[in-house]
Amino acid sequence: MSRNKIFSTDHKTIGIQFLVSSLIFMGLGGLLAMLMRWQLGWPGSALPWMERMAPQGMPGGIMLPEYYNMLFTMHGSIMIFFGVIPLLVGAFGNYLIPLKIGAPDMAFPRLNMLSFWLLPVSAATVLTGFLAEGGAAAAGWTAYPPLSGTQATMGAGQTFWAAGVIVLGFSSILGAINYIATIVNHRAPGMTFHRMPISIWALFTTAILTLLATPVLAAAMILLLLDRAVGTSFFLPAGMIVDGSALAHAGGQPLLWQHLFWFYSHPAVYIMILPAMGFVSDILPTFARKPLFGYKAIAYAAVAIGAVGFLVWAHHMFQSGMNPALGTSFMIATMVVAVPTGVKVFSWLGTLWRGDIRLATPMLHALGFISMFVIGGLTGIFLGSTPVNMYLHDTYFVVGHLHYVLFGGSLFGAFAGITFWYPKMFGRQMNDRLGRIHFWLTFVFFNSVMFPMFALGMSGMPRRIYDYTQYPALAHLTDINRLMSIAAFCLAASQILFAFNFLWSLAKGKPAGQNPWQATTLEWTTSSPPPHGNFAQTPVVHRGPYEYSVPGAARDWTPQTEEPPRGQG
Amino acid sequence: MTTLAQAQDTTTGIPSAKLGMWLFLASEVMFFTGLIGAYIVLRAGMSSWPHLGEELSIPAAAINTFLLLTSSMTMAMGVAAVHRADVKKLRLFLALTILLGSAFLGVKGWEYSVKFAHGHFPGTAIFWDCYFMLTGFHGLHVLGGVIANLWILRLTLGQDFSERRGHLVEISGLYWHFVDLVWIFLFPLLYLI
Ligand code: HEM
Ligand SMILES: [Cu+2]
Repeated sequence: MSRNKIFSTDHKTIGIQFLVSSLIFMGLGGLLAMLMRWQLGWPGSALPWMERMAPQGMPGGIMLPEYYNMLFTMHGSIMIFFGVIPLLVGAFGNYLIPLKIGAPDMAFPRLNMLSFWLLPVSAATVLTGFLAEGGAAAAGWTAYPPLSGTQATMGAGQTFWAAGVIVLGFSSILGAINYIATIVNHRAPGMTFHRMPISIWALFTTAILTLLATPVLAAAMILLLLDRAVGTSFFLPAGMIVDGSALAHAGGQPLLWQHLFWFYSHPAVYIMILPAMGFVSDILPTFARKPLFGYKAIAYAAVAIGAVGFLVWAHHMFQSGMNPALGTSFMIATMVVAVPTGVKVFSWLGTLWRGDIRLATPMLHALGFISMFVIGGLTGIFLGSTPVNMYLHDTYFVVGHLHYVLFGGSLFGAFAGITFWYPKMFGRQMNDRLGRIHFWLTFVFFNSVMFPMFALGMSGMPRRIYDYTQYPALAHLTDINRLMSIAAFCLAASQILFAFNFLWSLAKGKPAGQNPWQATTLEWTTSSPPPHGNFAQTPVVHRGPYEYSVPGAARDWTPQTEEPPRGQG
Repeated sequence: MTTLAQAQDTTTGIPSAKLGMWLFLASEVMFFTGLIGAYIVLRAGMSSWPHLGEELSIPAAAINTFLLLTSSMTMAMGVAAVHRADVKKLRLFLALTILLGSAFLGVKGWEYSVKFAHGHFPGTAIFWDCYFMLTGFHGLHVLGGVIANLWILRLTLGQDFSERRGHLVEISGLYWHFVDLVWIFLFPLLYLI
């Protein structure tokens, strides 16, 4: 029994396993960020108790520059690879796909279990770096060679990092195969593609991106590992001198890594945002009691974003020295992404227009998502135009941008999803009052930490910098950095509320019943939590996913399983 | 397909396992695209590159191409046999496919040993890095295919193989043809151009 709970092939259990582990990893990544904020707010001040935790990195509690490099590297890697991706794709993909399309489980349940268990293996491999000589990886989450490519420039932690990311790539690919096969092949009768909830469209597109982009990252990581471990020179040019001695490498190209890495990692940013867009598209109609505005437009916009997302990767490389003509074409492709994105945003606003809006916790997070994502997306347009990028590249402006999309977008989307589907997952409601307090605290503190980053970037503060006060031109930025750090600590503390609400409601939450939000899609037609096999009988689908406030209907929500009245098609 | 009794109820009518293999192959295509793309970029960045047959043995590679193409044919005949529920023929063709695949690996191993004897290893020059990387990953895939076919060959000893497990032959066949196809790209790219 207990063994079956842990090594389960049930997609719901696996989804919850992904959920819990990714939340724990996010907590860890958050703690690393707090250390960084300490250094940025009070450069060079001692944190005496940290000496025991990291005697080499923080002797006497004072942080060394190398340790700072390791912190931002591991923060970024943990948040992206073990936080956001497993949360949005692993947890929600697994939990929602079979339930929302009316399937008893995934197409390949055992592959699914393997896909989950590769996550802890991968994380353990990456985190082993902390114990290695010289500490964990410190070349940034982008791991640019030559810095990351030799033993002389980066210790064993970098090797563990690359190996762990490869393992995670396997997990992602297995998951993607499963998601696509399930959505294509295991839909309930009547569940046509055009009756699928937008979250399923989004997860479907995400799975295709994962399937096609991750193998390229795996290829790049393998070449990096070979450079490090076997002495090949795929990414290492001739003439490198480290610590006064020349390296034997020759013939490789550091830029090749950037192309391969971003060929994965730009699609990966859509892997990290499309699912959140999908959840929000499910949540808005439920809490505005209106059909989703522009259903097909949103569905195809997701596909379009996915497709164009493969053609923009080099907008991360405008300043890398690549051919400027190439830069212009990538700039144009980048601007094109804004079109389907804009279609989505306006459709969401159209959904809200004159709705009967209920500001429960999931809705607050969904509205938070939209507003924060717009800031993230617009600053992306700034960065995507080559002349502006020249000025802003590698400054805090980029850090602001990516946090508005990744925290403001992905994470608010995840909070919206968790608070929305929690009653289905655990059979109990989360406390709404606590939830709303958590939302407002997070919203306010998030903006207080991240918004000033745009100003810092425009003042010329570089990203990935250990002590900006060393530069006279930046020394006056201490006060604002200190304020940001205080806000960051408050932001972290506010998450305790969420953790408490999550755990407390497991035992003490109000029983949810089958359909607490009076929503229309299939997961709400079965018990909470659903039994093994999900549905007592295979559901039959008769209508689209967002039939709220249908004129003439008895209630303001019409489940997808409800048959049309007699006499009408 | 109808002779294979695994007509699960799927929305599209395509068995999920087969769909899964196609999806897996899509990811494999991207994996080799990454590796081969890296090779092309690295080669384009060098001012000189060994000429036709200068460092590598074209006859050995040609023999290998022949072995692998033939093995694709025997694999296809194996698939045809399982459709006819002819387990005896299936075993024969699987065994032949395994044999030809192993012969390919044998020739490749011989080529490697000659290179090693001349002091060419991964890490000695970017040309050798690329050569060992591409042929190495392809070789590992061949090995994977041989092992899969061995496993299926063992399963054919069980009861009612064609009805219960016949679809495995088809899936393994898809993979085997893919591995063959990759070599069809690698042979000219590494040895001839
Ligand atoms: C309208 C959509 C977007 C546009 C136009 C855009 C554009 C850009 C550009 C041009 C950069 C490079 C800045 C530089 O290094 O100079 C960048 C960086 C980044 N973006 Fe976006 N972006 C968009 C959406 C997103 C989304 C949705 C995410 C994640 C969910 C994301 C995550 C990131 C990350 C992580 C970086 C930093 C990469 C690094 O470490 O160098 N972006 N973005
Ligand atoms: Cu990008």
